[in-house]
Amino acid sequence: MSDIADRVKKIVVEHLGVEEDKVVENASFIDDLGADSLDTVELVMAFEEEFGIEIPDDAAETIQTFGDAVKFISSAS
Amino acid sequence: MFDLTGKNALVTGASGGIGGEIARKLHAAGATVALSGTREAPLEALASELGSRAHVLTCNLSDAASVEALPKAAAAAMGSVDVLVNNAGITRDNLFMRMSDDEWASVLEVNLTSTFRLCRGVLRGMMKARWGRIVNISSVVGTTGNPGQANYAASKAGMVGMSKSLAYEVASRGITVNCVAPGFITTAMTEKLTDDQKAKILTQVPAGRMGDVNEIASACLYLASPEAGYVTGTTLHVNGGMAMI
Repeated sequence: MSDIADRVKKIVVEHLGVEEDKVVENASFIDDLGADSLDTVELVMAFEEEFGIEIPDDAAETIQTFGDAVKFISSAS
Repeated sequence: MFDLTGKNALVTGASGGIGGEIARKLHAAGATVALSGTREAPLEALASELGSRAHVLTCNLSDAASVEALPKAAAAAMGSVDVLVNNAGITRDNLFMRMSDDEWASVLEVNLTSTFRLCRGVLRGMMKARWGRIVNISSVVGTTGNPGQANYAASKAGMVGMSKSLAYEVASRGITVNCVAPGFITTAMTEKLTDDQKAKILTQVPAGRMGDVNEIASACLYLASPEAGYVTGTTLHVNGGMAMI
């Protein structure tokens, strides 16, 4: 697993308080990991800080799963 | 009684009577304060009166870019914004039938839209801290209406609905959002009223007197305090009984 994926996973595990093995490629933040809409905003904020990137609102809306997040951050950073 | 030691508070309209007193009250409770307003001289005077833990940040609330920059400047000066008091407000009174689009828009822009933008600007830090207090200064006329003040009353009522919606969204993050709605308070603005006008107003006030700025500031201090952590989405009316709502 890439360094980016590890760092994203760490944020997700810490923020949502879920088991690490639940955070898989297709895991939906809301449907599978118990996030509410405000959690997803906070996750995006945490990603922005961790990776020093800007995630615009329209891009943030497309980040639904752990895999989406890794893919977006990989291409942006 | 209420201790805000270590908390950082941004107060808008701090050059005015009510805002200045709010800043004094929060400062006396131990908070560091950022004093915002359009006129620098009274802000500097208040800052030197307070001594340490006071910063001056001038801002024109009718300018979107200045408003966006204010929370960042406050966080840079103090380290964070834990308490936001949106107190700044303007009036452009006119009869409804004579009210211009500009009179309407300028009041909504400063009183309501800037409050929205400032709330949005401080939320990120408060969410991360899992603690925040937003106190929006509304008005009794936002609930009762007032002839000649359709724009002002709309802005103050809008503040209440906005605050409740935001309170819903961020309650689980330890952030409370409330309003304080003053009635007739003795300030430079009401000093201009004639004795006849004052006497007429006071017939509507069961307490039989105008309110003091200290009484508004005390309400703000309570809502900003750790003790008020379970109070959110409410409006605290401070009006001597003129409207019991």
